[in-house]
Amino acid sequence: MNAALVIAQVLLALAMAFAVYRLLRGPRAQDRVLALDTLYVNALILMLTVGMRTGSTLYFEAALAIGMLGFVATVALAKFLLRGEVIE
Amino acid sequence: MTQIAVSALVLAGALLAFLGSLGLLKLKTFYERVHPPTMGTTLGTGLVLLGSIVFFTVQESRPVLHELLIAAFMTITTPVTYMLLVRAALYRDQSEGRDPSDRAAP
Repeated sequence: MNAALVIAQVLLALAMAFAVYRLLRGPRAQDRVLALDTLYVNALILMLTVGMRTGSTLYFEAALAIGMLGFVATVALAKFLLRGEVIE
Repeated sequence: MTQIAVSALVLAGALLAFLGSLGLLKLKTFYERVHPPTMGTTLGTGLVLLGSIVFFTVQESRPVLHELLIAAFMTITTPVTYMLLVRAALYRDQSEGRDPSDRAAP
């Protein structure tokens, strides 16, 4: 099972690298926001696999925090692209 | 037995997230690129969370269901995020006079 978790972590690390490439490359602002969204979801899944490898439920809370903060960040950025302001 | 089940679930979830990011990297226009990451955010997290539930339920020999919190949260937030993002992209394309169905544009 440990080998499967390591393979999953390598796959997720590659997925995060792809998202970072798209985040830096663009070409437009909405592509960067989409890449940031993908990046934090992959980080969330990676946290869960790390939690399973160490056998501790502590990483679950980190994953939950990443999910909540990432959602708020993406919605704020999308709102900014839509209106030019976050809070009207 | 549980080891095989957890391995299969986590590997399938990680593979879906990987393919979603690969689509984000490879596809040509923004409106095509919106689709693949949803695979990772919905089924990818879902399968890994299911694997996590199985793993910790067996390890602590009691039902561990707090992963359902993340699953419910992701199910609610993913459509909201992507709908807002695509609406913003459409608005930006229209205000700049671009045609959203133009496949040659980035």
